[in-house]
Amino acid sequence: MKVAVLKGGRSLERGVSLRSGARVEDALERLGHEVLPLEADGELVARLTAERPDVAFVAMHGLGGEDGTVQELLEILGIPFTGPSVAACVRCVDKSLTKHELRAAGIPTPDWFAFNQTAFRELGAADALAGLEQRLGFPLVIKPSRGGSALGVKFAESQADVPAALVSAFSYDDRVVLERFVGGRELAVSVLGDEALPVVEAIPLGGDSYDFEARYEIGRTSFVCPAALGEAEEAAVVEAALSAYETLGCSGFSRVDLILAEDGPQVIEVNAIPGLTDTSLLPQAAEAAGMSFERLVERIVDLALAPAAS
Amino acid sequence: MADPPHRRRAHASSSDLERYAGLFAQRTRVMRSSAMRDLMAVTARPEVISLAGGLPDTSTFPPQTFAAQMTRIAQESAAEALQYGPTEGFRETVDCIVEVMGAEGMLPDPEDVIVTTGGQQAIDLLCKTLVDPGDAVICEAPTYPGAIPVFCSYQADTIQIECDGEGMRIDELEAALERLDGEGRRPKFIYSVPTFQNPAGVTMSLERRRRLVEIARSRELIVVEDNPYGLLRFGGEALPPLYQLDGGDFVIYVGTFSKILSPGIRLGWAVAPPPVMQKVVLGKQASDLCTSTLTQYFVREYFGAGRWREYVDSVSEIYRARRDAMLAALRDYFPPQATWTEPEGGLFVWATLPDYIDTSDLLAKALRKDVAFVPGQSAYVDGRGRSSMRLNFSGSGEDEIREGIRRIGKVIGEQVELYDALVGPEANPHMPAGEAEDMGGIDSPSNPRPSISDSSEMDSTVVPFKKAEGE
Repeated sequence: MKVAVLKGGRSLERGVSLRSGARVEDALERLGHEVLPLEADGELVARLTAERPDVAFVAMHGLGGEDGTVQELLEILGIPFTGPSVAACVRCVDKSLTKHELRAAGIPTPDWFAFNQTAFRELGAADALAGLEQRLGFPLVIKPSRGGSALGVKFAESQADVPAALVSAFSYDDRVVLERFVGGRELAVSVLGDEALPVVEAIPLGGDSYDFEARYEIGRTSFVCPAALGEAEEAAVVEAALSAYETLGCSGFSRVDLILAEDGPQVIEVNAIPGLTDTSLLPQAAEAAGMSFERLVERIVDLALAPAAS
Repeated sequence: MADPPHRRRAHASSSDLERYAGLFAQRTRVMRSSAMRDLMAVTARPEVISLAGGLPDTSTFPPQTFAAQMTRIAQESAAEALQYGPTEGFRETVDCIVEVMGAEGMLPDPEDVIVTTGGQQAIDLLCKTLVDPGDAVICEAPTYPGAIPVFCSYQADTIQIECDGEGMRIDELEAALERLDGEGRRPKFIYSVPTFQNPAGVTMSLERRRRLVEIARSRELIVVEDNPYGLLRFGGEALPPLYQLDGGDFVIYVGTFSKILSPGIRLGWAVAPPPVMQKVVLGKQASDLCTSTLTQYFVREYFGAGRWREYVDSVSEIYRARRDAMLAALRDYFPPQATWTEPEGGLFVWATLPDYIDTSDLLAKALRKDVAFVPGQSAYVDGRGRSSMRLNFSGSGEDEIREGIRRIGKVIGEQVELYDALVGPEANPHMPAGEAEDMGGIDSPSNPRPSISDSSEMDSTVVPFKKAEGE
């Protein structure tokens, strides 16, 4: 089978995408497929049209690859692709939209408000800040509505921290989310097809759980898979994750990030196309389920070709 | 396009990380990697004007000279140039080094010199020789971003001393030494780039140089003087290197051919007292046996022609014009709340913005406008420097520099405007000059702020930039 691997692009997560892509290419080759590595650049459509791959493996993260853009093109070209549909990507990439969908479906997610820049620049939304800070309370998490990884995610302990945090978050997107901080265990549930893989727990080492950068610095966070959870806890977490996945219309694979608070799990966000590098969580979860990287890749490709079967 | 039949054979399986995790040395845990590194990966796109690198402009080196010299080596000494060489380096290379140091008034004993694979290896070897895990190492704040990973990988406890317009604050250094004394500790060395510092562009004053050397001598502490840029002076008076003031007892000197000839030849050196040198030589033997013989032959040829000073003067002239272009553009395009250093040489300007702007986040915005810089945080071990940035002026042409600064200025302007909208303009505490707390520190007295006449020029600079677009 001829498999195109789409990678790179201009998003801030380009580096991660290139690593995911390279690893997927290796796996596909070992599986005996004809691999067509494709940089997501100005030549992309021309190459896809000329090469007519049987399926496209989308190994892209962040804007352009994870927001439905590339998926839309692949639909137009009639090329089956891995991972969620255009609509699911659109819902997942925007955290504010994700949370509206979750809330409407009765899936717990921390309270939030979202603003775009226009609200502040033209409508005087700054005056509304005090009110909403009061409603959400401190500490607050302030983050770009669209954007992956920890970039631009800030923690405001008090009102004084809010304006600078907003300036940072607005560096990545025109829309920002102000979310009530919920303390608890940080969990990630990868979903493959319609099954949840073993839960991964991120444990910050000797530090502040408020330090988002720590999550992404090797050695500052340890990942445990499967997470040590009680039976009831695990069932609640998995159920919340699967409901979120379904509500957002995900298919193929995705990763749901949650906080396990005292009163149960809260869904924070859903990554439509989570990383597939050697340090990424989805492959770790698959491994814990006894699934090699090749088998994971194979299964993702199969799901793309037989979406009805999932 | 068909892929070559034997592509790189990568990872064996997804259990890679698990499998190797138990094997990694303790020190790999402190090797730094972060989201910012992924951000910097984006700066490699060709359409990005990068003011982020520290690259000298090697296009200024005449290709004919390069060709003629390499041909001579091939014809006259092919066998020797392709062979291993002594760990310390060839005596002929050391003679060139003595000549370069002589140009700045230093007279090292050739026996004290070791040729290294770039100045970077010299820093690495000195750490390898001197630093045990947990040992204190003192450096400037901000410091050379490339030194931080070295200190980290040897698990040093890195202590950073604030800089201002006259370089490292010696009063703060003394306070830190007292504090360490109280804990029964001594720093293994004090690392400094006293001349046209990377990243801040500042030069340590003569008085502070004297005091630093005095402290080193009276306390018997080692100072590592890293001086890659000393000969790239565009103005002001040359100051004696620390090595010269000390005479080489307590100052270990690190030099490089990277900025005066080429970074691609990877030739640097260290000068240290014999007992230290013996250990450094052993360390180098273990690392790479010897520095490239071929490039040492190249340097020998090049210096033999006797024109190296002319070349340094010609690149300095080019860099001076580029620095001027950068400073002019900063005055035109950066907001009045910004401050920056005015280097008299070297490759870098250090700009500091209001403290509510995080330059790592600003970089994300700047990259969308196809321009890059180094966020200040990378020059600190402790997360400081968030509102500062390093701007390189040696690696881009004047038009590109102007356009790059214009684009950065524009995104800063947007941040300032947004912040004003968030807090109300009257509440915006414009950072006063000289407020040194959070590394607004490097406000040299000459720190330029747009004067009235400058701001009238601003209007004319709104004209869309055309020239660089075709480049």
